[in-house]
Amino acid sequence: MDEKDREILEILQNNSRLRPEQIAAMIGVDQAEVEDRVKELEEKRIIIKYHTLINWELAGEEVVSALIEVKVTPQRGSGFDNIAERIYRFPEVKAVYLMSGRYDVSVLIEGKTMKEVALFVAMKLATIENVQSTATHFVLKKYKQEGVILEDKEKDRRLVISP
Amino acid sequence: MIKWTEKLCPQVKNIPPSGIRRFFDLVSEMKGVVSLGVGEPDFITPWHIREACIYSLEKGYTMYTSNWGLIELREEIARHLYDNYQVEYEPRTDVLVTVGVSEGMDLALRAVLAPGDEVLIPEPCYVSYSPCTSLAGGTPIPILTTADNDFRVTAAQIEEKITPKTKALILSYPNNPTGATISREELMEIAKVVKRHDLVVISDEIYDKLTYEGQHTCFSALPAMKNRTILLNGFSKAYAMTGWRLGYACGHPEVISHMTKIHQYTMLCAPVTAQMAALEALQNGTEEMQKMVAEYDRRRKLVLKGFSEIGLTCFEPKGAFYVFPSIRNTGLSSEEFAERLLVEAKVAVVPGSVFGTTGEGHIRCSYAASADNLIEAIERMGKFFNQLSLHRQEACG
Repeated sequence: MDEKDREILEILQNNSRLRPEQIAAMIGVDQAEVEDRVKELEEKRIIIKYHTLINWELAGEEVVSALIEVKVTPQRGSGFDNIAERIYRFPEVKAVYLMSGRYDVSVLIEGKTMKEVALFVAMKLATIENVQSTATHFVLKKYKQEGVILEDKEKDRRLVISP
Repeated sequence: MIKWTEKLCPQVKNIPPSGIRRFFDLVSEMKGVVSLGVGEPDFITPWHIREACIYSLEKGYTMYTSNWGLIELREEIARHLYDNYQVEYEPRTDVLVTVGVSEGMDLALRAVLAPGDEVLIPEPCYVSYSPCTSLAGGTPIPILTTADNDFRVTAAQIEEKITPKTKALILSYPNNPTGATISREELMEIAKVVKRHDLVVISDEIYDKLTYEGQHTCFSALPAMKNRTILLNGFSKAYAMTGWRLGYACGHPEVISHMTKIHQYTMLCAPVTAQMAALEALQNGTEEMQKMVAEYDRRRKLVLKGFSEIGLTCFEPKGAFYVFPSIRNTGLSSEEFAERLLVEAKVAVVPGSVFGTTGEGHIRCSYAASADNLIEAIERMGKFFNQLSLHRQEACG
């Protein structure tokens, strides 16, 4: 990792659709170098995936998200890792973080209905061995995700021509 | 009925309206235009600065400030200039907070010029220098810089234009519209001429932070130049604060106090809300500013590469957020070119002729636009060029 790698990552994080030749122009190297560097970053799994941030609500799809605070009894030898793995293997689980503070593991779940999410927590999550307790917090509205304001109405208000 | 043509001041009547105006009207009527014609950042003022301003309103900062501006802000400006350029200004006597560099330029010219005094203005340059000189009773003397010297003015060119009436020289690097920067060595040569002929220098350094290669040299930081330079700068470009209208002038207490007199009777003070925001910008704005500068630099490179690929020749601008390519090989004037580009390809640029006679044959393209818009604009311009050359081949054949 050097300064050029860092710049490529910053550019891609903001817009992964830019083509290698465009990135090459932006950072002042040739196209082949960008391709090589990106390939290496992918192989090292520094670049994990190119995804698209979608506002499903606007697309008319019903999506229910919930943040679950999970208290866990850590295991000798593996700590929280094995339990975390048992949780993150479920496709309904979108994110899992080990937390400091009042509880141990934060789990983000997405489902089609509140009932579906609640049932998943009751049947799958709470019943995992070593899970002591869960507290489910449903997401009511998403304002900002991954650094992007979802309903950003700030448009270009500048005059089209100015000195 | 009052006959205004008889009432109006001839000096004002003689000033032509900005060449951008007509073009602006044309663009406003069109839809789907990608604009590279904007002379301001596409970033919105960073939130922490806006938030500081809102907080100041909540706390009741709605009053006049001292004519000079808030002392806290002047202290911060002086500290900032010392940290960046090791030039020392006394906040209480050497710094005046103005309504943008526009006001600073007007004050400087009015404080200095007597009727008939000549002001040397390297062109192409920002549109206000020459009209403001005339309004202040002076005579603008253009110095023509060209692409041959990357639009940098030389000491020799300046010396050539000096007469017994020459009072001041305006410098503006990094430059709008060309994006040209100038080296410390070249400025040192200019400083020698300035000293030899006892000139005042008005240095508009509003784009100082937008320098992508090498270091910006502050003219007043050069040996023996501080006392004869009126340094103008502001917050518009570096902190994306154009609409706040806030700038500052720094210089010898004697000239600053006379400028303050004019400012006091015409403006009273700069708006306190903008001053509070500017304070936040200087205290906590460096990180976001540097991010914006890095982003401009990427776009600059993107545009330069794109332009060279579609056959648009252009010297490499190292500052501001403009490129100033030549369109001479099209056989069109810069105004014809800009108009046809707008109508036929829906890309708005500013004809270089607006910025002075040597701007003719060039167009100003601002890269203060998103990468996606820049890519789109370059593609449209490429197609437009192909069509142009096709037509010309047909005409020749």
